[in-house]
Amino acid sequence: MSIEIKNIRKNFGSFSALNDVSLDVPSGELVALLGPSGCGKTTLLRIIAGLETPDSGSIHFHGADATAQKVREREVGFVFQHYALFRHMTVFENVAFGLRVRPKETRPTDAEIKRRVHELLELVQLDWLADRYPPQLSGGQRQRIALARALAVEPKVLLLDEPFGALDAKVRKELRRWLRRLHDELHITSIFVTHDQEEALEVSDRVVVINKGQVEQIGSPQEVYDNPVSPFVYQFLGNVNQFHSQIHQGEANIGGVGLKINAHHDTKHSAGLAYVRPHDIEIHKVRNGEAPAFEAVIHYIHAIGPLVRLELQRADQEDLIEAELTQERFRELGLIQGQNVFVYPRNVRVFLNA
Amino acid sequence: MHKKYSKNAKQNILPGFNLSLGFTIFYLSLIVLIPLSAAFIKTTELSFSEFWAVVSAPRVVASYQLTFGASLIGALINAVFGLLTAWVLVRYTFPGKKIIDALVDLPFALPTAVAGIALTAVYAGNGWIGQWLEPLGIKVAFTPIGVIVALTFIGLPFVVRTVQPVLEDLEAETEEAAASLGANRWQTFTKIIFPAIWPALLTGFALAFARAIGEYGSVIFIAGNVPFVSEITPLIIITKLEQYEYASATAVAVVMLVISFLLLFAINGLQWWVNRRATALT
Repeated sequence: MSIEIKNIRKNFGSFSALNDVSLDVPSGELVALLGPSGCGKTTLLRIIAGLETPDSGSIHFHGADATAQKVREREVGFVFQHYALFRHMTVFENVAFGLRVRPKETRPTDAEIKRRVHELLELVQLDWLADRYPPQLSGGQRQRIALARALAVEPKVLLLDEPFGALDAKVRKELRRWLRRLHDELHITSIFVTHDQEEALEVSDRVVVINKGQVEQIGSPQEVYDNPVSPFVYQFLGNVNQFHSQIHQGEANIGGVGLKINAHHDTKHSAGLAYVRPHDIEIHKVRNGEAPAFEAVIHYIHAIGPLVRLELQRADQEDLIEAELTQERFRELGLIQGQNVFVYPRNVRVFLNA
Repeated sequence: MHKKYSKNAKQNILPGFNLSLGFTIFYLSLIVLIPLSAAFIKTTELSFSEFWAVVSAPRVVASYQLTFGASLIGALINAVFGLLTAWVLVRYTFPGKKIIDALVDLPFALPTAVAGIALTAVYAGNGWIGQWLEPLGIKVAFTPIGVIVALTFIGLPFVVRTVQPVLEDLEAETEEAAASLGANRWQTFTKIIFPAIWPALLTGFALAFARAIGEYGSVIFIAGNVPFVSEITPLIIITKLEQYEYASATAVAVVMLVISFLLLFAINGLQWWVNRRATALT
């Protein structure tokens, strides 16, 4: 089922949580709402679920206006960051809850409920925990039960609020792959909220980047990562180096070094910010012909893991440049701390100052 | 010997177990057990047939029924309306909320005699409320209903103050989860909220009940103390003391003590069972 969100506004007192947000989620997609904490992404999710009412704007489920519908009428499955399982019920009863509270006419028989619950518990691979109580489970198990519980009512939309936020790093990675596989099996329209860009980029079909109550960019993970539309999106999706620069006819002048940029050809003498990702910083020990380069000193080397992280101090000013090299390249260069090197930025991305 | 000592040391990580347990037992003996056992010892001055004659006198038996019956009804009323009060205080914000919150504790602080006189003045045939109830054929003052009113009054804070913190700690998310799964408000209350507050409610009920059984001051004014009708057991004990029948007085006291103990023991057992289920072995 598709979801259309139109011009949603929501204020909490004088704080504007959502400021004219519109968004279309096509049927069957897995969409990530990505943004820093306090950006309004959870509020948006709760408004979609009906747990919060917007000040203005409307929500449509498959074309039908659902703005006035109560949460229990919307047929959404909601998964909370802190699971919100019913502590006094067994895992089985937790999952069965949504079926048991149905009105008599539509309530399945006990045998049918039993069959459905076990089916779902098998789907989340926790059938063996049916008789346990939630406090006896690990965080990852609890969240899978919460998901099974939400799926039991056969929701048309699945909404997940920072579903892996309370879990430790390893379980989080496992669960998000598992969620992706589950979505590929069930094809239920799903929206999940996260502040973890890695999670959003890895799991979702589309990423909606939200900042200060407004949508910054909507696109596939590839699109938003490769073509961020604003400095915010660029910075939020990964580590960056930021340079103050003068832009003039397709060239960014950073402290006397003129870098070719493949944009802004008609811009003349404007101030702007140039961004380069750490893995786009090339390092040479000797000057490489005529190509523009910064002179820098290696300030710090962090060589743990597949990538070697360098902090470089520019010769012309105080700013540090962060660079990432492969172990192979690092060994090839034979760099040591305190060494003078030449820094060649690639794929410079410039945003003019507004 | 040595081995046993080290095992004990391992079991108790917190120091001072022996000392604090010793002090607790000494203190409880001094404050609770010795006075209570004195009642039992004093009673032995009577032979068993004398004892039985005192404690099974029709007037005394009627007083047991009134005391325990009215206490039970009072505690039940408090369980219902105390829960409602706690709910309103926790769930809603309204002007004057702080004042109402403070009012709840008043029955704790008020001298019980003052409460008794005030209730009597209000519910007597010519009192503020009594004058409207009288024409309807409802007499409150000087009847068992009056006893129930007084016992309800003094028991209210117990239920409110035990339920309130549990209600405050209740996760709003579990209710939202229930709603998203299609439960209506009534189902959410009966299946999600009530099971969570049930142990606290039971505790509040037990406290209100225990308090009501022992209540004296607020009851004697409004009860009118008509034998067989509105005479509570504590009053019988006082009457006997005033007539210097110390042994008979303690005999009745002992019966009250035993019944109270058995009732509280049963309620505690129920609480233990509920708690064990609620926390599910964690």
